[in-house]
Amino acid sequence: MRYETPASAKEAAGLLKKEKGAAFLLAGGTDLLVKLKMGIVEPDLVVDIKRIPKISDIQSSAKGFTIGAAVSGAELGEHAGLKKAWPGVVEAANLIGSDQIQGRATLPGNLCNASPAADSVPALIAAGAKAVVVGPLKKRTVPVEKVMIGPGKTSLAKGELIEAITLPKAEPRSGDAYLRFTPRTEMDIAVVGIAISLKLERGVIKKARVVLGAVAPTAIVVAAAARAIVGSKLDDKALDKLAAACSAACNPIDDKRGTIEYRVRVAGVLAKRAAKIAFQRAGGSL
Amino acid sequence: MSKSTLVSTTVNGDAVEFACPADESLMTALRDRVGLTGVKEGCGTGDCGACSISLDGRLVCSCIVLGVEAEGRSIETVEGLSQNGVLHPLQQNFIDHAALQCGICTPGFLVAAKALLDRNPNPDESEIRYALAGNLCRCTGYDKIVRAVQATAKDMRKKGRS
Amino acid sequence: MAHDNSYVDKKFNVVGTRFNRPDGIDKVTGKARYGADASAPGQLVGKVLRSPHAHAQILKINTSKAEKLQGVKSIITFEDLPDLTGADQGMADILENCMARGRALYDGHAVAAVAAVDEQTAAKALKLIDVKYKKLPHVTDVDEAMLPTAPIIHDRIFTRGVEPKPTKPSNISSRTEMGNGDIEAGFAEADIIVEHSFKTEQTHQGYIEPHACLASVNPDGTAELWVTTQGHFVFRNVCAGLLGLDIAKLKVTSSEIGGGFGGKTHVWVEPVALALSRKANRPVKMVMSRDEVFRATGPTSSTSIDVKLGAKKNGRITAAIAELRYQGGAFPGNWAMLGCMTAFACYDIKNNKSIGWDVLVNRPKVTAYRAPSAPMAAFAVESAMDILAKELGMKAIDVRLKNVAREGTLAPYGPTYGPIGIEDTLKAVKAHPHMRAKLKPNQGRGVACGFWFNIGGQTSTDLNIGVDGTVNLAVGTVDVGGSRSSLAMIAAEELGIDYEDVKANIADTTSLGHNDMTEGSRGTFSSGMATIYAAREAIEVLKQRAAQTWGIPVEDVAWEAGHAVATGKGHGNLPKLSLREIAAKSGRTGGPIAGHNEVTADGAGMGFASHICDVEVDPETGRSTIVRYTVVQDAGKAINPDYVEGQFQGGATQGIGWALNEEYIYGDDGRLQNPGFLDYRIPVCSDLPFIDTKILEIPNPNHPKILEIPNPNHPYGVRGVGETSIVPPLAAVANAIANATGVRMGHAPMSPPRVLAALDALDAG
Repeated sequence: MRYETPASAKEAAGLLKKEKGAAFLLAGGTDLLVKLKMGIVEPDLVVDIKRIPKISDIQSSAKGFTIGAAVSGAELGEHAGLKKAWPGVVEAANLIGSDQIQGRATLPGNLCNASPAADSVPALIAAGAKAVVVGPLKKRTVPVEKVMIGPGKTSLAKGELIEAITLPKAEPRSGDAYLRFTPRTEMDIAVVGIAISLKLERGVIKKARVVLGAVAPTAIVVAAAARAIVGSKLDDKALDKLAAACSAACNPIDDKRGTIEYRVRVAGVLAKRAAKIAFQRAGGSL
Repeated sequence: MSKSTLVSTTVNGDAVEFACPADESLMTALRDRVGLTGVKEGCGTGDCGACSISLDGRLVCSCIVLGVEAEGRSIETVEGLSQNGVLHPLQQNFIDHAALQCGICTPGFLVAAKALLDRNPNPDESEIRYALAGNLCRCTGYDKIVRAVQATAKDMRKKGRS
Repeated sequence: MAHDNSYVDKKFNVVGTRFNRPDGIDKVTGKARYGADASAPGQLVGKVLRSPHAHAQILKINTSKAEKLQGVKSIITFEDLPDLTGADQGMADILENCMARGRALYDGHAVAAVAAVDEQTAAKALKLIDVKYKKLPHVTDVDEAMLPTAPIIHDRIFTRGVEPKPTKPSNISSRTEMGNGDIEAGFAEADIIVEHSFKTEQTHQGYIEPHACLASVNPDGTAELWVTTQGHFVFRNVCAGLLGLDIAKLKVTSSEIGGGFGGKTHVWVEPVALALSRKANRPVKMVMSRDEVFRATGPTSSTSIDVKLGAKKNGRITAAIAELRYQGGAFPGNWAMLGCMTAFACYDIKNNKSIGWDVLVNRPKVTAYRAPSAPMAAFAVESAMDILAKELGMKAIDVRLKNVAREGTLAPYGPTYGPIGIEDTLKAVKAHPHMRAKLKPNQGRGVACGFWFNIGGQTSTDLNIGVDGTVNLAVGTVDVGGSRSSLAMIAAEELGIDYEDVKANIADTTSLGHNDMTEGSRGTFSSGMATIYAAREAIEVLKQRAAQTWGIPVEDVAWEAGHAVATGKGHGNLPKLSLREIAAKSGRTGGPIAGHNEVTADGAGMGFASHICDVEVDPETGRSTIVRYTVVQDAGKAINPDYVEGQFQGGATQGIGWALNEEYIYGDDGRLQNPGFLDYRIPVCSDLPFIDTKILEIPNPNHPKILEIPNPNHPYGVRGVGETSIVPPLAAVANAIANATGVRMGHAPMSPPRVLAALDALDAG
């Protein structure tokens, strides 16, 4: 196995494109190195992006945030501005594993590992996050929901990598939240994950985005669930409709972490709880 | 067999060089190349925390860091906790509070607890429990471990020590 | 009947106080060396090739390509482990479990092994070994394995304990029956009868340290083994037997052990490492991966249990019957029998019967896990007790107190109880402030009792006094929970010196006579007894040297508070001689001063406990959170209370994990789906509250045996403590959930999906 530490994203892209054997990106390594240990992957080349200048920076501007690809969950959790603007995104990222995992895990890593149960993905999608994709010749920006196309599969071409994740500026009277169900309090993969982002106008929900994780091959944006609560102050009827829409949108599998039946049920339960948190964060009163 | 890469790093304040294949974990490199067996392999996949170290001041599982990533970085292991034969308050409190039985998880807990107290000198019980959730113990039920960390936080605040 | 309080009232100077453990510094500094922490020059790395099938014929193993790989030094299969076991079927089973002999019996069963210059080469070599399997039908569920249509795992097994003797082979290796009285008459006189069926899933001891050893065999038949184990003497005997080595020539050194709980009382990679080393003529280090530990070591049984209780309106149980079905993995075991012995052990029930079925399935060979078989039986019986209490309209504790076993009660498995602590623990629970803590919505409180026998066993100990008066204590029982500290305390107590002047060490197998495993909560009990006797023998020598120094008869010398004192007429003017002074002169008075003892410690005394559990159940997700937990257990005499509390808390936590989330998940293909800490869910720090403990001390009059004490000193009254605390939690949690939600959970673990489904069924029905 060869190990390279390119000095730019473009250089990294070139290395990936050129490699005839199995090439993998290394940022936090919390997925790659586990797979390596278990013999699931046998890389010929590992490209470590952590030495690229500014790759671990979080930049905030009037337009929003640009989060370098190697920023760890722990660093996200320490960024006051990001926590204030997008608490749902930060809490989702911070739910990935233990403090030890948080010292390494990254948003692009979580996204490109492409597990249906990835914790940060529903929250990023609900927030309208975009991925800055760098190839050997060009750069493009793509909404996060377009990156994962199936379990273990992304839409990135050979030679492409994510250089940064961008988040828009948080609008006034908006709030987001992420909840997940796990059997223990920590250290589990999500059985169900849900992110809700919403914006209020005069105390009433004006815009909403509801995204489910771990209940389908990819995270799913549930338009019907958003419609169920737009125009409401989250009264019981709206919450019931939200829950029903979420349960209906599930397309999960039975596996060692949860059954179809259980996931469908809990998706509805968590949707209500997440909606209430997001609503209160947006300044709404229940 | 892959060719080895020479890695120059700092371990517990000392300059250290070792050679390891690119696909070897930092945990294995520390144990087999540097001879520091305080990091333990409980699972090899980042699920148990027995291999915890600080890497450039960040708490990580060394089993899911490559040895070659340590180039130019600074590593702290359990072996670096005591200074000049004097135990760190955490180490002393773990002994005093019977916070260890078989002791296999203890190095990992000490490194993780230190990382917690470094960033939060006054954690409440819940903060301690969640900060240590990445360290598995099968012997103690965690009770005396949490008490030892609480006692240390109190001791260190009293002494004004960070 | 009043207990004899002379032990409780005895004033101890060292025992019963809280001293720091001697191995503490090494463990907090990373210096302590565990199984994987030893290396030898020229060592090879050993790795095992394992069956990916639950049950398969092994048609052919072709190692030729692997042998040609540069860096591979030896490869073994069962052909390199000839069967020397003779008529000993138990040893033959161990041998076959270590390396398949023509048939893979479970997913993960070892099929071949290699030793190579490094890990990567060994891994590559495994891939080059070509094994041709023919898949066979498999069965992994205990009830399914009992059906006449189930695939037979060993056609040499005919069910023992049934009449007439069966002519067809079976997966049921034995049927056990025990009990007292007349069951039918007992049920006939009952006013109320309750019955329920229970199921528990397979769990693993979950020690954080995987199995590891370093083996080195020389051409002259001498060998060394460094290993993490609960019993290096037993490992020596087993490995020597399997490999045809002389016992005295195999030196086994026990490393520090990173958790065992019964799971390190059995060999798996050790004979394989020795065989690889013998073939390669180089040391071989073998460390199991976490995946291998789950798939291919010794988890506990999964079970299926039916309980029926009959009682009078006043709460007195007139009849109790339990039928217990336990799987032992792919080899016969006595697990159901142990379950039968413990099922009704906490109670005085005139008419009781337990029937046990030991069953084979295509799963790893079951090994002991802390009070083996008792937690499952207690889950069933203690849940049934609460069901009975509800029917009777009585408090759960009161029904137990109404039927509690006492001194003089005939135990269901045979003996009559001496002084025991179950009633005291129940009374202590009743009076405990936990019972008055306020419960919030969705919260419920449950209590449950538990019992474990504890054992004694063979023990050998040496006590040597250095010329500066400090003492070395060499023991042969592996220290799993801090026994070195307790044993040093006992030695210091007996000799009358400071704790700091005694250093306890675990000796290797060449230095002491045979010591049985550290299991059955026997470590402090047995080695403690042997330490007391060894110390008393040393005291006799010290007295003799003092007598010699003073020129008086030894009968006129007494030992008091660490000093030889001249007693009797005319000796009053002789100044006391301290141990240190006598030791300093030992070179001139007759040589080194020591004491030694072999004992088959007996009468370990039963450990009884009662637990209180408060749980909060999220009614929308079925998830349970432990809100409050208290352990009340009888320790006989707590040598070091800190370590006794630690045993209580650790065992309770294992039981809580078993109750809530831990289980082996097998697919339809018979393969284990969750062989890792990610999906085998043991409790993490944030899952638990502080665990309150109360140590009761109902002395065990058997420690040490009164008849064998040369001086009429009081014994210490120690009981084994390490195991009982894992027994009550499953039912304590189940009873708490029942009180929180009205739902009776009969299937452990009581994971969120199971609880939610039960809540739904309750709503619907």
